[in-house]
Amino acid sequence: MSHLGGLIASRSRPIVTAEFPSLDGGDIDTVAAALEPYRPYVDAVNITDNPAAHAHASNVSMAIAVHQLGVEPIMQVVCRDKNRLAAQADVVGASMHGVTTFCALTGDDVTAGDEPEARRVFDLDSPQLISIMNGISRGHYLSGRELKHPKELLIGAVENPFAPPADVRVRRAKTKVDAGARFLQLQIGYEPQLLEAFVEGVCGNRVAERAAILPTVIFTKTAGALRFMDNQVPGIHVPAAVIDRIAQADDPAEESYLMVREQVQHALSLPGVAGVHITDFRHDDSLRRLVNDLSIGPGATTQSAVSA
Amino acid sequence: MFRKLLPVVEHVVKGPVWDCQMCGQCVLHSTGMTCPMTCPKTLRNGPCGGVRPDGKCEVKPEMRCVWVKAHHRAESLPLLPKTWREEITHLRPPVDNSLEGDSSWLNLVSGRDRQTPAGWQEAH
Repeated sequence: MSHLGGLIASRSRPIVTAEFPSLDGGDIDTVAAALEPYRPYVDAVNITDNPAAHAHASNVSMAIAVHQLGVEPIMQVVCRDKNRLAAQADVVGASMHGVTTFCALTGDDVTAGDEPEARRVFDLDSPQLISIMNGISRGHYLSGRELKHPKELLIGAVENPFAPPADVRVRRAKTKVDAGARFLQLQIGYEPQLLEAFVEGVCGNRVAERAAILPTVIFTKTAGALRFMDNQVPGIHVPAAVIDRIAQADDPAEESYLMVREQVQHALSLPGVAGVHITDFRHDDSLRRLVNDLSIGPGATTQSAVSA
Repeated sequence: MFRKLLPVVEHVVKGPVWDCQMCGQCVLHSTGMTCPMTCPKTLRNGPCGGVRPDGKCEVKPEMRCVWVKAHHRAESLPLLPKTWREEITHLRPPVDNSLEGDSSWLNLVSGRDRQTPAGWQEAH
């Protein structure tokens, strides 16, 4: 069982995962340099798959590199760019290099990216992809053809509690967990009441017992970054009051950090939340500061202080 | 002749009402009489995470999300049998692209639309 798989099973402390930045060339040293700021503070890193519909170094190559560098990769696979043959080939191929943790996503539409003229594939949707990955874990392709040396996979998915229809999100989480997901990383959100309602829902239908619920936060420095997300990033809504709080602060960067810390404390105070997923658009020492302030993550030496 | 004519008749009937895309494996009854193939991402199992706060589509902001509409209709459409309403939560298999353009009526009668790959059957 992988490190992340062990934590999901034991729930011995809050899980910390983070989004690994996309790379556009270089070599293994480039990957190693990008990994170092994360290594001491996270349990696993998400390897994205052409995030926001922009081409980058492939998820398979990056996941293999990160695995070889000693950190557990969560290899994302989106439905937008590849058909069922290519998606299965990527999962099986990566697993041969020791990558056994995956996360299935629908993917932002091609219109969100810098090549909106690209053909969108969506041969599968994310619940189907989860189910197919589960089949690979059990030793067969979608066709039924057997794998020679199957590896047990840890499969996760995402859900967006902040997008309508709110009640459907809880049921959709169950659909994904029924299909084989064992962790659910949530979309970035700034409406705590919607997160609370979702978490209550997934506790009510026992999804939170069967899969680790990991809300996502993002480190930014300015109100402009929040406005950009609100306007440009599909599925993210930032209320005006949140943007105003940062815009009107004497030190917007510090206020932004404090807001994220509050979000993490709030998320981890909810029964049913197993940890957090962190995206860092600041590239400063905020991640280190956060895990130290809250005593979370693999480096924490004391019992989590988040609920104190 | 019949096999060629039937898809034309089906498209004439279902096109104007449901914007039928002729996938050949109709699931309208289980999706609140809303065609999931009209979703720009052709998602068969619920809404993506990009739905806008006002319930509009990520890709086409002028359009209401197909799945927001489907869930609303599955609950509110009169005369929809209870079993059809509940089927919206069922996991639908990947689209069989070899059936595109066929008459789903014919595939329903023959059972062809319910054939899935062996690996899918094993999992479900």
